Amino acid sequence: MTSSPAVTIKDLKIALPDGGDRPYAVDGVSFDLTPGEIICVVGESGSGKSMCAHALMGLLPDRVKTEAGTILFEGHDLLGIDESAWHDVRGRRIAMVFQEPMTALNPLMRIGDQIAEVFEAHGLLTPKQRKQKAVDLAREIGLPDPERIVRAYPHQLSGGQRQRAMIAMALALEPTVLVADEPTTALDVTTQAQILKLIRDLQRNRNMAVLFITHDFGVVADIADRIVVLRHGKVVEQGTAQDVLARPQHSYTRALLAAVPSMQPPQRSSLTERDRAVDVIGLDKTYVTPQGWFRPDRKVQAAKEVSFAIHQGETLGLVGESGSGKSSVARLVMRLIEADRGTVRIGDVDLTQIEGKELRAQRRRIQMIFQDPFASLNPRRKIGNIISDGPIAHGVDRRAARRRAKELLEMVGLDPGAIERYPHEFSGGQRQRIGIARALALDPDIIVADEAVSALDVSVQAQVLKLLEDLKARLGLSMLFITHDLRVAAQICDRVAVMQKGEIVEMKPTTLLLANPEHPYTRELLAAVPGQRSPSQAA
Amino acid sequence: MKKVLRAMLRNPGGMIGLIILLIAVCIAVFGPMVFPNSPWRMAQRPFVPPFTLPTVPLGTDALGRDVLAGIIYGARVSLLVGLVSTLAALTVGVPLGAMAGYFGGRADDALMRFTEFFQTVPSFALAIVLVAVLQPSIYSIVAAIAIVSWPPVARLVRGEVLSLRTREYVQAAVVTGQSNTWIICREILPNALSPVIVLASLMVATAILLESSLSFLGLGDPNLISWGYMVGAGRTVIRQAWWITVFPGVAILLSVLALNLIGEGLNDALNPRLAKDGR
Repeated sequence: MTSSPAVTIKDLKIALPDGGDRPYAVDGVSFDLTPGEIICVVGESGSGKSMCAHALMGLLPDRVKTEAGTILFEGHDLLGIDESAWHDVRGRRIAMVFQEPMTALNPLMRIGDQIAEVFEAHGLLTPKQRKQKAVDLAREIGLPDPERIVRAYPHQLSGGQRQRAMIAMALALEPTVLVADEPTTALDVTTQAQILKLIRDLQRNRNMAVLFITHDFGVVADIADRIVVLRHGKVVEQGTAQDVLARPQHSYTRALLAAVPSMQPPQRSSLTERDRAVDVIGLDKTYVTPQGWFRPDRKVQAAKEVSFAIHQGETLGLVGESGSGKSSVARLVMRLIEADRGTVRIGDVDLTQIEGKELRAQRRRIQMIFQDPFASLNPRRKIGNIISDGPIAHGVDRRAARRRAKELLEMVGLDPGAIERYPHEFSGGQRQRIGIARALALDPDIIVADEAVSALDVSVQAQVLKLLEDLKARLGLSMLFITHDLRVAAQICDRVAVMQKGEIVEMKPTTLLLANPEHPYTRELLAAVPGQRSPSQAA
Repeated sequence: MKKVLRAMLRNPGGMIGLIILLIAVCIAVFGPMVFPNSPWRMAQRPFVPPFTLPTVPLGTDALGRDVLAGIIYGARVSLLVGLVSTLAALTVGVPLGAMAGYFGGRADDALMRFTEFFQTVPSFALAIVLVAVLQPSIYSIVAAIAIVSWPPVARLVRGEVLSLRTREYVQAAVVTGQSNTWIICREILPNALSPVIVLASLMVATAILLESSLSFLGLGDPNLISWGYMVGAGRTVIRQAWWITVFPGVAILLSVLALNLIGEGLNDALNPRLAKDGR
């Protein structure tokens, strides 16, 4: 660890354009990247962590300017060099892996050609050698059947394979520094674990310096040698991984660490002897996409004989990776999509058998909280309307509905004066609270929360989870909680159902499931949860 | 709305377009008060060249009628036809498109095949036939233009609704038990409006052109003077008296150009992200 640093960032100051929420995106940040080390820059959204990465790549947007500081790399200040000099540095000496592998790859180009293009851009090797190199790289980063996969297009690969291909491109010219901007955020946990291991191995074999940007402390605990914690563009704490994780000095770091949901579920009493709030029996759903003439239709089975019951006051978690059909089940239960077969029974009403007016009247009893706080509120309607529209549609007097909207806003921890404002004036966490208020406005018996906290920062996530838990207890609600994050499920669910390829493979009380998983897929999921070696949990 | 206006004013093209259109509207509204005489009346001897007599600054046509008066009264017809036929096209196209996009399935198929039926017929030919069958009058012209210009509106609205329908806030409205009409009118259409407004401004321009073309062919309202009629009437003597065709032609050009500039300005103002990337 005594080798000289590959990159030295000193007093970096990046100014935001006028009208931003603060004058500097990055304010006086200094840290070193050392060969053979992974340094994690951690922070919540808007902390300026991605700006640091982009400054290091010379990829800052036109409207932000670096005002002060130096980025020293191989004796040059990267902030002073021109575009042609950047051309030699970028890709060749410093390479980058992006968050979303689908949009970072060219959909019309074969994987192998995209890897070979990196050599071409720098005028290296003959076309034949480039092809060979592409295959070699594909093998090194662990793509299956490299000779064939280099001829595939991005859409033919899985998310994890695409991210591997991105890493191959980044490594093609053997850079000394690798910048990874949230490289695993878009991936499932099991894939995430594999990619993290890959980055770790490659970094060791090639003795690279890695700058790893993430918001997830679990990932940090798994991969970091050193940690830099950013908040509002300033470094609040930096040090070795053990020091920061086990003995955080700054209160913000402590708060962040405390907000990370742990895999230790709180003690819960069983509620299975209570009455059932909702009964879901044998839901089947197959999506059929016609592929044109002379070709068989493409069929995807999103739900296969899905059955469960939620008891009064109980939270049932539905856990699975992307494509497992958990969101489809939520929409089937809400009757936002029609099931091929099966029944959803709330009390004595069969929700799948009624139509039109009758259905609209019964919808009051089961309400939904959506995933994306930015897409789930109509940008052209005021908060007050968004919340009171539902009750008004069900015949509540306009003035009474508005009064209730104010009460609800207070109940979810917002200022009642917010009813006259528009959604864009609120942050993600506040919008999610508004979404919760909208769901509660109709006094439902059951709440379906579809990834309701997945788009939020950890600290906000913890607050929203707590709010949900409180409200549920206070109003005696039952909840179907859909999430991909087992840690969140462990914190909030009484029972958890694990879904794989449209089927529920295991359903048990949370404590039992975590302690004693039976199905191999459940075990795999549990093993892949990041941050299980984190000192904060050992304590 | 204020923001959109401010963005428009910052855009030089949109600004110029707005100014020209404002002038045209002023001429259409107040011109006839300044020139109370009918544009059909003989004002001077025929073929007075422009800029020679102060009473007829833009000259006279083959029958001695004042070209300036014709342009002023023609502005009324052109703008009115442009506006009314566009509104009529929107009242047909927006609901049809919204229904097709929202309900999907069979309703969508039926409505879109119906729309395509109109799109496959060349629009100008259809307009000629309609006006000829219905007898040329301002009403039949407006109707014909509306009938040939609603299909693009329906297709555009359908596309917008298709993408908005899957938004979470629309699903939230479904879940809270709102009726379909309410969801379409309150949740979907307001958010689909920007491209429709842009299209509408361009449709007014197209409608003015269509009306001019119909009048040029002699299918205009015989009781109302219009720019297209003037161009058509002066075309036989264009070598001796250029001004009879050129001035109304310039009027058509300027108003269509103005509307196109406004359309583009609106597009930039309503899609600020596109505008910024373009610069």
